[in-house]
Amino acid sequence: MTPTSRTLVRVPVWPLFVAVAFAAVALTALVLIENQKLLGAALAITAAVCFCAARFGGVAATEVAASENPWLLRGLITVASLAVIFVLRDDNFGLLMLATVLIYATICLGLTVQMGYAGLTNFAAAAFAGTGGYTAAMLGQQGGLPDALVLVCGGLVAVFIGSLLILPVLRTRGHYGALTTMAFGVMFNVFLDANDFFGGPQGLKLPGINLFGWDFTNDIHIFGLVLSSYVNYVILTGILTALAMIFVGLLDRSWVGVWFDVVRLDETAASVFGLKIAYWKVLAFTIGNFLAGLMGAVYAKMTGFIAPANFTFGDSLVMVSIVILGGIGNRWGVLPAALIVVLLPEKLQFIQEYRLIFYAVLVIAILTMRPDGLVARRVRKLHTEASA
Amino acid sequence: MTSLSNDVLLESRGLTVRFGGLFALNELNIDVRNGEVLGLIGPNGSGKTTFLNVISGVYSASAGKILLGDIDITREKAHNISSYGLSRTFQRSRLCLSLSVFDNIALGAQRTLNNGLWHNIVQRKSFAAETQKIAEEARELLRVFNPALPDKLFDPAISLGMIDRRRVEICRALIGKPKLVLLDEPSAGMTHDETDQVVDEILGIRKSLGGLTIIIVEHEMGLIERVTDRCVVLNYGKKICEGKFRDVAADPVVREAYLGQA
Repeated sequence: MTPTSRTLVRVPVWPLFVAVAFAAVALTALVLIENQKLLGAALAITAAVCFCAARFGGVAATEVAASENPWLLRGLITVASLAVIFVLRDDNFGLLMLATVLIYATICLGLTVQMGYAGLTNFAAAAFAGTGGYTAAMLGQQGGLPDALVLVCGGLVAVFIGSLLILPVLRTRGHYGALTTMAFGVMFNVFLDANDFFGGPQGLKLPGINLFGWDFTNDIHIFGLVLSSYVNYVILTGILTALAMIFVGLLDRSWVGVWFDVVRLDETAASVFGLKIAYWKVLAFTIGNFLAGLMGAVYAKMTGFIAPANFTFGDSLVMVSIVILGGIGNRWGVLPAALIVVLLPEKLQFIQEYRLIFYAVLVIAILTMRPDGLVARRVRKLHTEASA
Repeated sequence: MTSLSNDVLLESRGLTVRFGGLFALNELNIDVRNGEVLGLIGPNGSGKTTFLNVISGVYSASAGKILLGDIDITREKAHNISSYGLSRTFQRSRLCLSLSVFDNIALGAQRTLNNGLWHNIVQRKSFAAETQKIAEEARELLRVFNPALPDKLFDPAISLGMIDRRRVEICRALIGKPKLVLLDEPSAGMTHDETDQVVDEILGIRKSLGGLTIIIVEHEMGLIERVTDRCVVLNYGKKICEGKFRDVAADPVVREAYLGQA
């Protein structure tokens, strides 16, 4: 790839516009539509458009355009996000769902670093999120600490609790690693259930976020419009998701990302060429747990109430399934996957008990057709860096 | 022979590796001289690969000593040993097939790269410069082996044929500018002609690097005869013979070890 050939080829950018616009419309439709037939139609249309785009090169064109114009992509996503927020401005339930999807997606970005990059199986992501949530609740009871610090503390305490689990995590891999984290996740739940200090099964209440005087419980009044107070949370979670996406993306396209991959793929080769396996695994574990704890704290503050039932082993499983459904190791995949996994069961309330069956069948169908997930991981090409 | 002692790059003294009751290496004394190509031969299970694994830190020694230059590396962990200028290839390919050729080769230069989070995430300009440098070095090395390979630098390793994968593995072992390279059966999984080709390339690159010391484990005696200065023959973890290939091949003890009691 010589520099001259790169400047000669002009990549069309319109697929990027189309893709972002379509994603925004589809997202808004899925959140807004209550009517079951319309929802079914919207899902079918979205699936059909995605299928055709993948089949006829639309996805590939979008990817090229996006990688050639990263700032255009970021700008478009920002504009599209603002448009979605504007449309949903007084739909409390929709906004709450959207923020929840973003929280799950960000936790799953942490899981992507752990499982997708460094190959650490973690079936306790919800427990780490819960650690963050309970940290926020306990710190809230004490009072005095600004919320920005409370949220960061949520992440740090999750990292600390994770470090207690380091030994079994470093000594086990694959199924065995899954088992140790599973045990921790279950233990976390039982401990909270039995412990009155942490509110027991009744859980704890906590106040909403107040960031540097920006009170999240108030509606937003802007240009004569009234936006629901939940818009605050959508904006905050959106910013955190975006930052996590950028961070994880840079991580992937750096030596750290390469070494994570090598540690996952071949520990012998990695150590023979000088990589200290334990260091890289601890680093990945720390990054992932921090994101889980941070977003757990945001979640707790947003819902205003947490109980052990919010952070069960089942929730951890849901997070792992988001990572796998999205395409393990691909950070973009967690966004549509989180949307499907979090939003769909809520939207399918009308079929009541059957909704989980329907949702399970859908997930199985997707993975049957796309075994590598919705957006399979691409081969890392550091050539833009190398020919910059 | 004492006059040669300051010329010795690697020496093992009484090196023993036990797996349960089995002695994979039994009181092995081997000297590797600076700049030589040492062939390590012997029947299956005689301890050749174990020797490479124990000096590269993949296995740990049960007894004895390994000195690399003046440094005792017997108890060193694998990830530290590479920093003393030792690198290797593996009998079965240990490339990360889903990663690009570039990523695989960069691993060989890992200890010269800046692994700090700040550098990797924030200082993207200097990270890019580092990438550029490694890419150039990798292209240069690959070109020696196969002029078509530099263009495949960012292709996934899985897209390469067996011979090119072996070449990439050798480039990975060489890019860190080691003093000592261990080649574990470079002919494994390749045809006769391919093996000849790769061996020529290794010899060519060795000449251009000047003074690279190589230990080569191999079953192909033709290859051993062509490339080695000296051979050590192992059987049941013990050294049974040492010398030039021609002399070693004529040795009755060696013949018996290979052919059994005829």
